[in-house]
Amino acid sequence: MTFQAEDEIAAITSSIGAAYAGALAITTTSGPGMALKTEAMGLAVAVEIPLVICDIQRGGPSTGLPTKTEQADLLQALFGRNSEAPIPVLAASTPADCFWVAIEASRIAVKYMVPVIILSDGYLANGAEPWRIPELSQIPDFPVKFASDPNGFLPYKRDPLTLARPWAVPGTPGLEHRIGGLEKQDPTGNINYEPLNHENMVRIRAAKVAAVAQEIPNVLPAGDLEGDLLIVAWGSTCGSITAALKTQRAKGRKIGHLHLRYLNPLPSNLGDIFKRYKKILVPELNMGQLLWVLRAKFLVDAVGLNKIQGRPFKQAELEQKIEEMLEL
Amino acid sequence: MGTATLPPPLTKKDFQTDQEVRWCPGCGDYAILSAVQAVFPELGIKKENFVIVSGIGCSSRFPYYMNTYGFHTIHGRAPAVATGLKAIRPDLEVWVATGDGDALSIGGNHTIHMLRRNVGIKVLLFNNKIYGLTKGQYSPTSELNKKAKSTPFGSLDRPFNPVSLAIGSEATFVARSVDVFQGHLKDTLKHAAAHRGSAYVEILQNCNIFNDGAWFSLTDRDARSEHVLQLEHGKPMVFGKNRDKGIRRKPDGDIEVVQLGNGITESDLIVHDAHHPRPAYAFQLSHMEHRPDFPTPMGVFRAWGDVPRYEDVMNQQIKDVIAKRGRGDLGKLLRAGDTWEVK
Repeated sequence: MTFQAEDEIAAITSSIGAAYAGALAITTTSGPGMALKTEAMGLAVAVEIPLVICDIQRGGPSTGLPTKTEQADLLQALFGRNSEAPIPVLAASTPADCFWVAIEASRIAVKYMVPVIILSDGYLANGAEPWRIPELSQIPDFPVKFASDPNGFLPYKRDPLTLARPWAVPGTPGLEHRIGGLEKQDPTGNINYEPLNHENMVRIRAAKVAAVAQEIPNVLPAGDLEGDLLIVAWGSTCGSITAALKTQRAKGRKIGHLHLRYLNPLPSNLGDIFKRYKKILVPELNMGQLLWVLRAKFLVDAVGLNKIQGRPFKQAELEQKIEEMLEL
Repeated sequence: MGTATLPPPLTKKDFQTDQEVRWCPGCGDYAILSAVQAVFPELGIKKENFVIVSGIGCSSRFPYYMNTYGFHTIHGRAPAVATGLKAIRPDLEVWVATGDGDALSIGGNHTIHMLRRNVGIKVLLFNNKIYGLTKGQYSPTSELNKKAKSTPFGSLDRPFNPVSLAIGSEATFVARSVDVFQGHLKDTLKHAAAHRGSAYVEILQNCNIFNDGAWFSLTDRDARSEHVLQLEHGKPMVFGKNRDKGIRRKPDGDIEVVQLGNGITESDLIVHDAHHPRPAYAFQLSHMEHRPDFPTPMGVFRAWGDVPRYEDVMNQQIKDVIAKRGRGDLGKLLRAGDTWEVK
């Protein structure tokens, strides 16, 4: 079912309504639209409903460069909501990867009962590459169970492993309940303003997103598994970095490349990998947003390569930076 | 033959919750809650199939007090959330509880689009002409020159007439009632429930703290018959304490108030046609309250059943396409277009 809403806000809120009704709901947008959807994302976090939000990034701020590529919505995706409203964030790295990332985002959304953001960008969205058509059996199945038993039903009673609350769809006899944006009592779902309940709920919502990391496979760098330089990147820069890595390694340099699909939560072994390299380079089509996250989270002295021209990296630009870092 | 055990009929109590009602004592919202709780059991709909969706404001607390499915969403967005819900589940009975700020200020856009699409949602618009929850700022329905917290020298913008707005959006059902007219309110809600498409009910509601008496001229026992015109389908438009006044069509198409007697009888008056196909007819009625000496109409302005519901045509379109092309096949889809085999 497709629905063209009257505006970005209606697009996400009607998606929330559809998810509330038991559908796998997806809303898509670009930078300014992402900003408009912000409040409703907070609602999805509060009512703990599955939803996939695709942000095809472009140059900004405001209308910016509507047809040009940029990676500058990462911090918005991670933090751009009022209060503590964590959301899992995934990024596709190639046009083909968009297919698999969309499936993975949907799987996480329904398993953990959370909204999930997918970051793509203008370069990926307009890009094309040969793609090996998958066999349907390769596509993971993720069955969904709707709550149906009124015995002991509470709208915010949680699965111990995922911390997900039950997906209780209107029309189910005996499960009538109220949800909404006001703080909920754990686990009854009644309105509650008590200080400790609020802190508990904030921590639960954070723990639920953090729990997604239990399923994220350990990452393995391409190229050298230890050495002089680790390139950490995300999104559409994958192709040019891969090419630069190949050329530079052929010159005998010990370089690894880690391309992150999961930006929140981050893979559990990331910190260990950082220790295996002398230097870390984070090339991004922004002012250094992943760089900022990695420096804050891991206290590593990573260095950025930043280009904000509405255009992807050229291989030569990357190689120049690599050489500069390794010759110092 | 075994006796079929029918579930006991639902009562008002079945729709009450254990949550403490947080409206101010004396608020008109209590009367609306009571009317809705009284009407729902009479609709012959299973309790689990009711969903109340609301936005933000005093009125939007409504879902917490109804023992149905309920979704207290964000400011102004209830119609959009309800539209998504209805698209997926056309079988559910979805009611939106909203106020003049929620529906007409921040939510004005979603309101008009829900109405033009004719989504099968029932809207209860609690109109108290003030922002109550935030302690008394003027609202989009406050009268011109309203002195309130944010307008110490009087408001400068003309108010919306919610009924005119809805009719202007070609809403298929538009009605008006009052919190304290319990019988009338319940009847109006039943009419709304019986309508398949969007049903928009403006309920004049008293905020006794921040805008007390805003509707006094329409609710005061002595004055109201002079100021209120009860619209009844198929009946001439008569009003007045002695039922001695009426609304007549002028040759130029406009309407006028006439005194009955002296050769003017009820047969000269406009007979209300709630099923009139043109919204212009109902729009004209909705505007009479702005004219001197005209009464304020109550009841069903428009009930036009000849428009399909959005959720029905949407789901029908999917069925039709499946019937024509077969069910979607992901394997085929992936192999559609420019594919080739590498050997």
